[in-house]
Amino acid sequence: MSILAATGDAGFAILNWLILVPAVGAVVVAFIPRGREDLARPVGTAFSAAAGALSVYLLAVFDGSDPGFQFESTRSWIADLGISWHVGVDGISLFLVVLTGLIFPIVLAGLDPHGDPKPYTAWMLVLQAASFGAFLALDLFLFFVFFEVVLVPMYMLIAGWGYDRRRYAANKFFIYTMAGSALMLVAIIAVVSLSASDGGITFDLNTLAERQSLATNTARWAFAAFAVAFAIKIPLVPVHTWLPDAHTQAPTGGSVILAAVMLKLGTYGLVRFGLYLFPEASVYFAPVLVTLAVIGIIYGALVATMQTDLKRLVAYSSVAHMGFVVLGIFAFTVTGLEGGILQMVNHGVSTGALFILVGFIYERRHTRRISELKGLQKAAPVMAGFFTVVMLSSVGLPGLNGFVGEFLILIGSFATRRWWTVVAAAGVILAALYLLWAYQRVFHGAPDEVNAETRDLLTREKLVLAPFVAAIVFIGVYPAPLLDRVEPAVDSLITHIEDNSNYRRPDQPVVVPAPTQSEDTGAETGGEG
Amino acid sequence: MIPVLGQVFTAPSIDWWALAPQLILLGAALLILVVSALLAERCPAWFSGVVALVAGAGVFVSGFYLWYDIRDSGPRSIVSGALSLDGFAVLFTLLVAVAVVMTVLVADAYLEREHMDSPEFHALLLLAATGAIVMASASDLIVLFLGLESLSIGLYVMAAMQFRREEAQEAAMKYFILGAFSSAFFLYGIAMVYGSTGSTGLAHARDYLNRLDTAIVDQPWMLMLGFALLLVGLAFKVAAVPFHFWAPDVYQGSPAPVSGFMASAAKAAGFAAMLRIFFVAFGQSRTDWSPVLGVLAVVTLVVGVVMAIIQTDLKRMIAFSSIAHAGYILVGVQAGTSEGTAAALFYLFSYSLMVLGTFAVISLVQWQDGQPLDRFEGLADRRPLIGFALTVFLLGQAGVPLTSGFIAKFLVIKAAVDERTWWLAIAAMVISAAGAYIYLRVIFAIWRRPGAVDEEGGEPVAAPVVPPASGFAILGAMAFTLVVGFVPQFLIEFARDAVPVLLG
Repeated sequence: MSILAATGDAGFAILNWLILVPAVGAVVVAFIPRGREDLARPVGTAFSAAAGALSVYLLAVFDGSDPGFQFESTRSWIADLGISWHVGVDGISLFLVVLTGLIFPIVLAGLDPHGDPKPYTAWMLVLQAASFGAFLALDLFLFFVFFEVVLVPMYMLIAGWGYDRRRYAANKFFIYTMAGSALMLVAIIAVVSLSASDGGITFDLNTLAERQSLATNTARWAFAAFAVAFAIKIPLVPVHTWLPDAHTQAPTGGSVILAAVMLKLGTYGLVRFGLYLFPEASVYFAPVLVTLAVIGIIYGALVATMQTDLKRLVAYSSVAHMGFVVLGIFAFTVTGLEGGILQMVNHGVSTGALFILVGFIYERRHTRRISELKGLQKAAPVMAGFFTVVMLSSVGLPGLNGFVGEFLILIGSFATRRWWTVVAAAGVILAALYLLWAYQRVFHGAPDEVNAETRDLLTREKLVLAPFVAAIVFIGVYPAPLLDRVEPAVDSLITHIEDNSNYRRPDQPVVVPAPTQSEDTGAETGGEG
Repeated sequence: MIPVLGQVFTAPSIDWWALAPQLILLGAALLILVVSALLAERCPAWFSGVVALVAGAGVFVSGFYLWYDIRDSGPRSIVSGALSLDGFAVLFTLLVAVAVVMTVLVADAYLEREHMDSPEFHALLLLAATGAIVMASASDLIVLFLGLESLSIGLYVMAAMQFRREEAQEAAMKYFILGAFSSAFFLYGIAMVYGSTGSTGLAHARDYLNRLDTAIVDQPWMLMLGFALLLVGLAFKVAAVPFHFWAPDVYQGSPAPVSGFMASAAKAAGFAAMLRIFFVAFGQSRTDWSPVLGVLAVVTLVVGVVMAIIQTDLKRMIAFSSIAHAGYILVGVQAGTSEGTAAALFYLFSYSLMVLGTFAVISLVQWQDGQPLDRFEGLADRRPLIGFALTVFLLGQAGVPLTSGFIAKFLVIKAAVDERTWWLAIAAMVISAAGAYIYLRVIFAIWRRPGAVDEEGGEPVAAPVVPPASGFAILGAMAFTLVVGFVPQFLIEFARDAVPVLLG
């Protein structure tokens, strides 16, 4: 702890500011006087963008070769219980933080909440602060706090600005997630209580993960509890049913954040708190999770094909895409995990953009039923263009970001989980089926009278979508800057798993010259020792 | 020395300062009664309220004084072993003081609006508060019973004070009969414990059991029966299932400020007595009573949550939710450890403030036909700060982080896990997730924008008038809930230092 404190509190603690700036913004927005509600969105956007600027600055100063946590900051919080405010960022969380930093200002500036803007903006800022907190927390208690707190603003956004069945959707969303995290809280306390040493108890993630003092069976139970909480959040089949409802009923901005940021809490949690804290148990349970992931890929795709509501279709496509992420994570190879982490970002970008586009269609046509939409390409060619790029990214067309992520995941998992990978690859084809078919029904053909009057995108709307398309193309063409920063952290995580379980990563499919033979044996012995 | 019935009675030396909280409350109650009786019509309307407020504040200050006194010179037994002066007693003294101040502030506008007699109300409130403090500090079962009765009798009358409403009378009658019933159980329990240990003094009973070998107590069933009867009596008071039937009717029928006082101070006093008796005096027999309390906790949680979910009246809903919260506190009590006791104390303190705040908001929106949930629709739109405060109280009761309610829940679960009672920890947390629905329903209603189109329509509530005193009380409770949620360390330390000790 003393070492952490020494490295942490010197100078400008950027991570604390990342969380504080939107939180302060939320308070400021909440105190905007009645009658000046028009100020809410500009002020809120300014705070959100300031946090976004900080996250970009973080990206610039991040040391890509360091596998450990950087910019750590530690402060004692509840000393009696060994709980501290401990935040830090590594290659695994870096891009999720940047995504959170950039997507909120875009959503706040570009999407009209269609209702009272003041509380909407304030809740959005609370959500941004809590999301940053969840991605940065390195203390189990602190993580749980943020993991739960994100529910409240999201609930408010769905309940306050959603569509006509929002009450049901919001309640379902809240209670599903809370039921999962209830078990996780018991598991957190159990882990902390059972690994207590003479030095007292601690909730510090690094200390607990390095100590690994739980009995094998206990760790497995605890992992199972964590996994349930994260599986609900991701969501994995069969605990996914809250997602289509929540997505469909949420306002566009809420859907974007839900898909881009909040689902990532589940997969990020699996990596950070599942793999790191319970390496042996993750290996033990990996077949279960990978199977659920593959079922999710196929099931999500099939159900998406059958949807009549465009937004629900995108929601089910999320189930399929998040299945890929889980498959990559539990491949336990550097390539697979890298792909999984990259795919989290990719899914955030492309599904976020898809929800924005569906929102734009709804604003124009006041329906999301695919059967009532037709030939929009004639009436709104620019929108059709944007939709094409985003959809193809989601399908996984080479040259766009989705391809890179899915390809890495499939390569990475083929080495360790061959048959699961074969089935998952079929999911890529299904994705092409349901998205292209939907595109065909909505945009192709000759528009009837109502659809022919659909307005094309306004400049503001184009500006909202532009950064998404830029990211889609950039990551698709040149993913190296991202992967270079993710790799050291992923590699060290897999080494950690090897050190603490009987798992050994498969040999790289590279012809290794003979002299490395002795090195290999040395590494093996070291690993076991 | 005074000869009484041929024996020499030596009056115990009394540390009057240590009795300051009780004396202040009693004195203020008598002052209100005398002055209002003598001056009658000429007594200004504000008089009794101000006296009660000053008395509550005085108790608070004297509580702090005693806290530092105990820290410097250690806990001690006063009035020849009848009462304990320890951190535990002081914590409850402070809690009762807060509850009195909150209730007086909230009741001010309520009494005026309902044309109720304020001197009686305030005098009864102060007497009930005295009883609550006596209960928390008693170290003899008979003294404890005296406290219990003073508290209960005050509450019986307060429940009936709104005599124009039929529900109030029914509620009071129910409360009185069931309360008397539970007192009888409690008394019988005292008799059993006396029979098997030879004393009503808790310290004596503990010492007796500590040097127990089977030869001395040849009738262990009598002691067990004593435990059971004492537990039943107290379970009535804290409204634990299956002794909870009075609570929903009484909370619903009583004036909202009184319901708040019942859910906070009266419940806390019941738990104080439970902790004193079971954790302190009968801690040795933990294996006998702890599983019973564990089962009681789960049953209480399930029934409280399930029944709260199906209510449509907000007061009744909060009554059932208050039953569920008794279940969480029992989870802490059953641990039978210092951590569990500290967790229960923390829970009681934070829950009391939340429930007082909730009833304070409810009392603003008073309707002749009760408080159906749809009366609260759009509250946040009309009165944003009050709506936000109610949201904080409800989220706190749901156990959402950054409120005191989360830390409280966390601590009781931790106490259960530390004792390896996994089933209880898991059951309590899973039920809490279902319980979130209770509060979400209300939150959804109060944040619903008037005129919004959704599956359920309802007339939006008229903007309630917020008297300054109520507003002050609500904001204070909200600030406490949030501050403890963000920086709970001070209250955790306070609860930890207040774990009771028993002095011979």
